[in-house]
Amino acid sequence: MLGFLIQRLLQAAAVMVVISVLVFCGVFAIGNPIDVLISPDATQEIRLDTIRRYGFDQPLWRQYLNFANTLIHGDFGRSFVFNMPVLDLILSRLPATLELTLAAVIGATVLGVPLGMYAGYRPNAAGSRAIMGLSVLGFSVPTFWVGLLLIMFFAVELQWLPAGGRGDTVEVFGIQWSVLTWNGWSHLALPALTLSLFRMALMIRMARAGMREAMLSDYVRFARAQGLSDGKVIFGHVLKNISIPLVTIFGLELAATLAFAVVTETIFSWPGLGKLIIDSIQSLDRPVMVAYLMLVAFLFIMINFAVDVAYAALDPRVRSGHA
Amino acid sequence: MTAALDVRGLKTHFFTRGGVVKAVDGVDLSIQRGRVLGLVGESGSGKSVTGLSILGLIDLPGRIVEGSVRLDGQELVGLDRDAARRVRGRKIAMIFQDPMMTLNPVLRVGTQMSMALRAHEAISSDTVRQRSLAALGTVGLPAPEQCLAAYPHQLSGGMRQRVAIAIALLHSPSVIVADEPTTALDVSIQSQILQEMQRLCDQTGVALVWITHDLAVVSSLAHDIAVMYAGRIVESGPAEDVLAEPRHPYTRGLLDSVPGEAKPGEKLAQIPGSIPALIDLPPGCAFRARCGRADRACETMPEIVDLGGNRSARCVHPLEAA
Amino acid sequence: MRRDASPFIRFWREFAENRLALVALGVVILVVGAAVLAPLFTPQDPYDIGKLVLGDARRPPGHVGSGGYVHLLGTDAQGRDLWSAILYGLRISIQIGLTAGAVAFIVGGSLGAVAAFAGGRIEALIMRFIDLQLSFPAILLALVISAILGQGKWQLTAALVASQYAYFARTAHGAAVAERSKEYIEAALSTPLSSRVVIFRHILPNCMPPLIVVATVQVANAIALEATLSFLGMGLPVTHPSLGMLISNGFQYMLSGRYWISIYPGIALIVLILAINLVGDQIRDQLNPRLQR
Repeated sequence: MLGFLIQRLLQAAAVMVVISVLVFCGVFAIGNPIDVLISPDATQEIRLDTIRRYGFDQPLWRQYLNFANTLIHGDFGRSFVFNMPVLDLILSRLPATLELTLAAVIGATVLGVPLGMYAGYRPNAAGSRAIMGLSVLGFSVPTFWVGLLLIMFFAVELQWLPAGGRGDTVEVFGIQWSVLTWNGWSHLALPALTLSLFRMALMIRMARAGMREAMLSDYVRFARAQGLSDGKVIFGHVLKNISIPLVTIFGLELAATLAFAVVTETIFSWPGLGKLIIDSIQSLDRPVMVAYLMLVAFLFIMINFAVDVAYAALDPRVRSGHA
Repeated sequence: MTAALDVRGLKTHFFTRGGVVKAVDGVDLSIQRGRVLGLVGESGSGKSVTGLSILGLIDLPGRIVEGSVRLDGQELVGLDRDAARRVRGRKIAMIFQDPMMTLNPVLRVGTQMSMALRAHEAISSDTVRQRSLAALGTVGLPAPEQCLAAYPHQLSGGMRQRVAIAIALLHSPSVIVADEPTTALDVSIQSQILQEMQRLCDQTGVALVWITHDLAVVSSLAHDIAVMYAGRIVESGPAEDVLAEPRHPYTRGLLDSVPGEAKPGEKLAQIPGSIPALIDLPPGCAFRARCGRADRACETMPEIVDLGGNRSARCVHPLEAA
Repeated sequence: MRRDASPFIRFWREFAENRLALVALGVVILVVGAAVLAPLFTPQDPYDIGKLVLGDARRPPGHVGSGGYVHLLGTDAQGRDLWSAILYGLRISIQIGLTAGAVAFIVGGSLGAVAAFAGGRIEALIMRFIDLQLSFPAILLALVISAILGQGKWQLTAALVASQYAYFARTAHGAAVAERSKEYIEAALSTPLSSRVVIFRHILPNCMPPLIVVATVQVANAIALEATLSFLGMGLPVTHPSLGMLISNGFQYMLSGRYWISIYPGIALIVLILAINLVGDQIRDQLNPRLQR
């Protein structure tokens, strides 16, 4: 197990290096940051000085090495726009995004898995058809449009919930949380719902497919032949089997949702990472873009890693290397 | 003496989009305690569906449309869901073909046995453990303790099937329906399991319905035989007699196509054609298209003919007794 | 079901048994047809800036504008007839979705098949890269690439292809690996056919069913992704508003009750994506051997 962990960590480190190169080169191709940094009426002297100070006169590979060198010391550079360390900037926005993402994915799982399991257990019931109809709809409606509809309905027409912003937060361990206040909840509700609909549709599908396959399997037939009630068959036998793929989905979804929050945060003016990255792309704030993309990649790799570990914990076949 | 299991006129049909599949279409079976009945047929003959019907495990779009299944005199057809569930696993048990698939891969053997026990009895963990160990011991597993803690993939195929049999025995049922339980196993393991089953029937008095396509297995194990074809029993009787002297042309054909019966170099006999699709079966004897003895009389469904000596065949032109 | 018909006819008959899928297919054909023939059904060319009258801006549905015709669905903030703008927007969405899907299909499908066939280091290298990319969210990739390439139809299509080809590659690779191990490929290889012929004549055609399923999903995704990028202001130039941009432009007026500018383009978008997904679902169910009775 330890060997497995070390091997995976080394792999992850290699992947991060590759990603840092790709991201750095990719972002390098976006716009010309000099236009952002230097006012058009600056003197030629100031221009050249600034270019030299940021190292823009050097070849790409050297710029990358400089970047990598500071990166190793935990320094992502300074934001061109906010003029503060990028790492601080990102860390200050991260909790809002994490909160939104977790609320969306947990909500999607808690609702989606039971609905999907029911639809798989009784595939022909009217309720199941309704659930599947909802799931196809959830798949098809673009996230941003759901957000608009929700704002129009709940914020503009009914005026029950606020249309944007994060609302009151409470500081715990130096981090601001909105789930701890009623006002925070009311701000979180619409964006979290928006973000979770697509995920819920996916969870419903996965749970349904797993359930259908499991109900046709021999071990379920054998369990039923033992006189187990359907409830015991499902919760005693099937649940653990289908939870293995579902944990994978949950992990991957957590990561994908983190990225998809870009759209939702823009609509609801949610002060998280997604809004930050859109703003930085528009204002050509390179250091923020690079750091954000690397952070997302890092989170992806860590989540994948966690999924593998959870997989091993759930499936005895993987645990003993039998898979 | 009441039969342990008595099946009369059982019909199980599947109502599919393409039409009604009459998988089981009027099956009679009877078996006494401590006896072994071999239910023989090709794949698609309806023998597995018969087994599942007896336990009430038929799912939509299939259902039992007619007939009766009596277990120790108790009628099972028409029981409500919960009553049927309380019979399953307690009075009648079933084991299946592939021991790889019938045990849940992600649960320990002990957990699965405990669930099977507690499905019918509210008992303490200690009792669960004792009875599980006892059952595993009964089926000849060498290290019951380790087995209880093992996951299925850690056991060999033969051991897994023994575990499945142990689970079936947990509540000392009157009848066990075994659906090709040795087909997926190596030949040496297969004969061990067969011996084990024989011993269990003698010792516990459980009645065993052994579903198989393998006549060799039946001849070494079964007291009686019922041969199934296209959803119906075509011949039944004491195993020795039927195998020595089949009266239905289909049974004859099956026996002739067993390689062991042929001499080396001699061409194997085979039954021409294949088993018909069970949708829109034409009237009359289902075997007549493949039968050398068929004539106009076979175009109406033959009745079961009592041939004496506890034997019967569903044939207008049964083979003569020697 | 009759057994004598050709596989295609049989596939169609089974498809037609699902009435919802049939209706969805009808909707797809209708929407695509209306979009292709948009100039015939619309009173206005929404991309001709010279014809836009600002006095007609933000009028509700049913308003008779300065052009003398009824604005069925109202007008947007620049005075475009929304009905016309939606049909033209659909045109762009479908064009981009189909092009991106087709290119991603060809590039990804070939890459996956080549990887499966080449084996060894080349396979490992290609598939590692594909896996790496797939572990990265498509939306971010599309966002960054379209930021790199700038605005425009072709730039946007390229960004979509770059973020979607990997799905095709993985699917083709999986299917091709399964095919590769089959005996008929070995038989084909033992004849003096070039490996290119084996890949394109034998392996790829047999990988088609799963690829077709991925293709329907990905065309729908491409359309949604295009709309999303346009909504975020990363997609097409403002003079050629796609559906996403119409919705985005209407967003600011929604809070003041002018719902139609955002809502109607959204409905058009959803109807199209929903219909494609329903058709794709049915095809997937039919091609899934595990659910076959």
